[in-house]
Amino acid sequence: MKRLMSKTWLVIVLIFMYLPILMLAVYSFTDADNMGVIGEFSLDNYKRLFVTPELRNMIMGTFLLAFGSAVIATIIGTCGAVGAFYSKKHTRGALNTINQIPVVNADVVTGFSICIFLIVVLQMSKDTFVPLICGHAVLSVPFVYLSVIPKLKQMDNSVYEAALDMGARPHTALFKVVLPQIRQGIVSGFVMAVTLSLDDYFIATYMKPATFDTISTYVVNATKGAQTEIKTALWALSTVIFVLVVLAVSVMNLNVRKNTAKEVNDA
Amino acid sequence: MRTYFQRRYLGIPYVLFMAFFVIAPVIVILYYAFTNGEGQFTIMNLVGFFTSGNTIGTLLYSMWIAFIVTALCLLIAYPAACVLTLSHIKRKNAILLLLITPMWINFTLRITALKEVLTLIEGNMALYPFINTVIGMTYDFLPFMILPLYNTISKIDADLPEVAKDLGATDRQVLSKIILPLSMPGIISGVTMVFLPAMTNYVILDMLYNSTYIMGSLIGSYFAAYDWHNGSMISIVLLIIIFVITLITDRFSADDEDRKGRNLL
Repeated sequence: MKRLMSKTWLVIVLIFMYLPILMLAVYSFTDADNMGVIGEFSLDNYKRLFVTPELRNMIMGTFLLAFGSAVIATIIGTCGAVGAFYSKKHTRGALNTINQIPVVNADVVTGFSICIFLIVVLQMSKDTFVPLICGHAVLSVPFVYLSVIPKLKQMDNSVYEAALDMGARPHTALFKVVLPQIRQGIVSGFVMAVTLSLDDYFIATYMKPATFDTISTYVVNATKGAQTEIKTALWALSTVIFVLVVLAVSVMNLNVRKNTAKEVNDA
Repeated sequence: MRTYFQRRYLGIPYVLFMAFFVIAPVIVILYYAFTNGEGQFTIMNLVGFFTSGNTIGTLLYSMWIAFIVTALCLLIAYPAACVLTLSHIKRKNAILLLLITPMWINFTLRITALKEVLTLIEGNMALYPFINTVIGMTYDFLPFMILPLYNTISKIDADLPEVAKDLGATDRQVLSKIILPLSMPGIISGVTMVFLPAMTNYVILDMLYNSTYIMGSLIGSYFAAYDWHNGSMISIVLLIIIFVITLITDRFSADDEDRKGRNLL
């Protein structure tokens, strides 16, 4: 009885989390304007996502921004983690502390402060996309750093030394020996960087060019307007993203499991 | 003599990046917070913050909302995390993934979904701004509470509750004397991960037709009014709050891993 009750709680929590998303998914396949209205099956919402230039550009732009800023963040964060790992103890401590600032800071404050610095003080133009891309990189670099550090700690350090002793040049050893061993950390850091950028609203709203919208800023503006066609198209977008995220999470998880299984077998 | 390439030099781009995009902006808002429009030093912005009923009211209101949302998240997430770790359920991993997957879905889209459901239930949503805000934030932040709780509770030695029961402890005692104290680090990091966003994420209020201000909205409105000085002062106040929270929680959380938040993969 007690066991049944405790499991019921899990089910209730899952329903709370997924009911809105799933209901939206169901309604996105109809021509209904509101939830609760019974409509007929239709793929118009999905079609609109691809044929409306405004929506298409906004989606493409968001993903481009996410991948671009994630690549930059992954390179900088990984370099930082390797550099910090081989630095003296107090340097490493200082870097770890600085790394925590964007992690614990509120996104509003991060966005506002970078905006004041780049746009008000340095007079940089938002239209160059530089502030926006850098802002998203700031959000992600610390998380890449944090996901690479544990892999460096697990790494067998003597292999790098051995490679040097056998005549490998340092950068060759770095790419052929160190990089493969921390790859998993880099990949999960990159994935996290992409999702952080996709999820961000505050950095984007302070630093985006006036004519550019990310999914977040677009959705927030759309909820204030009353265009039903756009509103229901966003239901479709939400469903697409939901499916993508579920796929990504499953693939990543299977990968991690495979790798851990391999490590166990190797040992 | 051969000069070795030193691996720590790889950290240089990172250090420059962080100095430019993290340290410098903080220094800039410190400068703006303590100057006026003519660039002269002033503490009027600070005094203004603490003497205006408006800003103090906003501070208290956002703390009140954050408190309720954090408590609610904890009340929902703690039993869920306990059930997931302590009972014999198949496919624990899959359920955990399901519980935290929403944190990777764009929050504005999730709030849109919630909004449609709330409209369906309540009819006119604008009638219940406070309740809707609490529901919306709880909905948004719940995964961030579940993950650290699960991480710490799952590390508790499974034999401990068994042994305690063998020695005659009741279920209630097992919970209060073993599970609860040992899961403290998870509770602390979950609370920090929910409390601060709940004080600042004003977009959720906007989307759910709550026109009351929280701390984040103050920054947004000063920004919209080109008032960098007062906006910076609000940011500094928030930074101080964050700093205090971090100081308090660092004493409790032994576990560094949980602070990464989303880092499950």
